[in-house]
Amino acid sequence: MSLPRSPMAPPRSFLWSRRVFLTLLTGFVLVPVYVMISSSLKPLADVTGTFRWLPTELTIRPYIDIWSTVPLGRYFVNSLIVAGAATVCSVVIAVFSAYAVSRYDFRGKRVFTVTVLSTQMFPGILFLLPLFLIYVNIGNATGIALFGSRGGLILTYLTFSLPFSIWMLIGYFDSVPRDLDEAAMVDGCGPLGALFRVVVPAAVPGIVAVAVYAFMTAWGEVLFASVMTNDTTRTLAVGLQGYSTLNDVYWNQIMAASLVVSVPVVAGFLLLQRYLVAGLTAGAVK
Amino acid sequence: MRKSSPGAARGPRRRPGRIRRIGLPYLLLLPALLLELLVHLVPMVIGIVMSFKELTQFYIRDWGTAPWAGFDNYSVSVDFDAPVGKALLDSFLVTIAFTLLSVGLCWLIGTAAAVFMQDTFRGRGLLRALFLVPYALPVYAAVITWVFMFQHDNGLVNHVLHDQLGITDKPSFWLIGDNSFIALLTVSVWKGWPFAFLIVMAGLQNIPRELYEAASLDGAGMLQQVRRITLPSLRPVNQVLVLVLFLWTFNDFNTPYVMFGKTAPEAADLISVHIYQASFVTWDFGTGSAMSVLLLLFLLAVTGVYLALTSRGRRTAS
Repeated sequence: MSLPRSPMAPPRSFLWSRRVFLTLLTGFVLVPVYVMISSSLKPLADVTGTFRWLPTELTIRPYIDIWSTVPLGRYFVNSLIVAGAATVCSVVIAVFSAYAVSRYDFRGKRVFTVTVLSTQMFPGILFLLPLFLIYVNIGNATGIALFGSRGGLILTYLTFSLPFSIWMLIGYFDSVPRDLDEAAMVDGCGPLGALFRVVVPAAVPGIVAVAVYAFMTAWGEVLFASVMTNDTTRTLAVGLQGYSTLNDVYWNQIMAASLVVSVPVVAGFLLLQRYLVAGLTAGAVK
Repeated sequence: MRKSSPGAARGPRRRPGRIRRIGLPYLLLLPALLLELLVHLVPMVIGIVMSFKELTQFYIRDWGTAPWAGFDNYSVSVDFDAPVGKALLDSFLVTIAFTLLSVGLCWLIGTAAAVFMQDTFRGRGLLRALFLVPYALPVYAAVITWVFMFQHDNGLVNHVLHDQLGITDKPSFWLIGDNSFIALLTVSVWKGWPFAFLIVMAGLQNIPRELYEAASLDGAGMLQQVRRITLPSLRPVNQVLVLVLFLWTFNDFNTPYVMFGKTAPEAADLISVHIYQASFVTWDFGTGSAMSVLLLLFLLAVTGVYLALTSRGRRTAS
């Protein structure tokens, strides 16, 4: 909690404009959330006719039907595996890279950081097809199935969050005093011991923030998921479209499924958002 | 300067590889470097090579054998009198307009909300969590909800605007025709502003409170404090934020793809989806690659100019 900003109370006009602005903004933010929740509890008739703010009756039927209309459970498991593995790998790799950049002077350091950051700029569409061809060729040459497999998707997604993660962790590690890891090394830790015993524990908020970001990136990606998966490896991002390509559009089920796939990330994000703000404050925004 | 010198002194006894130590930073970077090479840099080079090939579906199985096309793919892409080039130009202009509006609105709403929420008040924590929900929601779940709201017959938007408020004479179509631009912009701002809010909020925490206290003792009003203290202090944060928002919005594929599918209406035909459509729907990957390369060059140019301008501004300011 921060202290009052000024010793004097803010003027009434400020309080009123704040009230009006924040109320309107809350409405804008909440209406879709309300539509998602309320429609997911409506019978089909309520979502096919004119929109109704209130359901004629509350039903949990959509929440039962979503699992059989499309194989949502399988998509869910796929998304969990892909996003979970991509997050763990991305965080570990980012920790190593950020430690190297933060603690060592070496030739090519600037080239590395600039190159990694500039990949953020590439339009995904530019390397979608080449990457697809590379994965197919690797598969033909070595038998490692990257195309259509979860492994290929994990590899792809972890690089999406790497640049931001490395960038943010560099800032975070820089704020951990070097005396600490030097003391650890005097006590007999190697550089990696110092990293895991001293630097990483001191940078937990930054690492949590990076993990949240990496998970959200992988959980929400659509473009590569739509090209690089098949029936058995399909993730939620593509699978959710299954409800609307049928003859009827089951809007109540779509909303229920959307809610179900959102709850893990939104809950996780809201629980950890403190860390994200703290991590951004210490790391990225300096 | 070797930061590891104390450890290095006793290194040889426990760690036989002294060379490993000098190479340690490179070893630490290796995984990141390899992955970036595999997923970004090598594909980008292949993409550039492909843009000089006549790569239609006949050659896709063995793309190396496709005949070279010279600059044909590029001349087709920028021939604005012919249908392909004209469509690309239109899509480019739509994307520019969309990006400028979306980034501007996201920044404005995010900054205003962060500044208004700088002080503590009852319900501030709850509100902050609430405001982050659009950012936390998976793109497809959020966008699909908006698609439902924009439906012609059973959507909320038409129900409110037509049935309840009577603003429009008849229910409008939001997902086809010119209105689709407004619909896309609304969704993009709804999803995007919390990120600006988050970053600006983090930036505000680094402004020393004493500055405000001194200013208010000097009799500076709220607006003056925002103009004289808040905005100048946020400058470095804003420079990065605006660039990141610009690049993300310009390259955004997820939002228009979930909203409109493989073929977007002309008014909302963002460049990513346009190129996707040119490559994967018409199966002309050579032209698609050429368009992607042109897009990359444009983004490089914009980023270069932007960084040059902002860093010069920073130098003169300091």
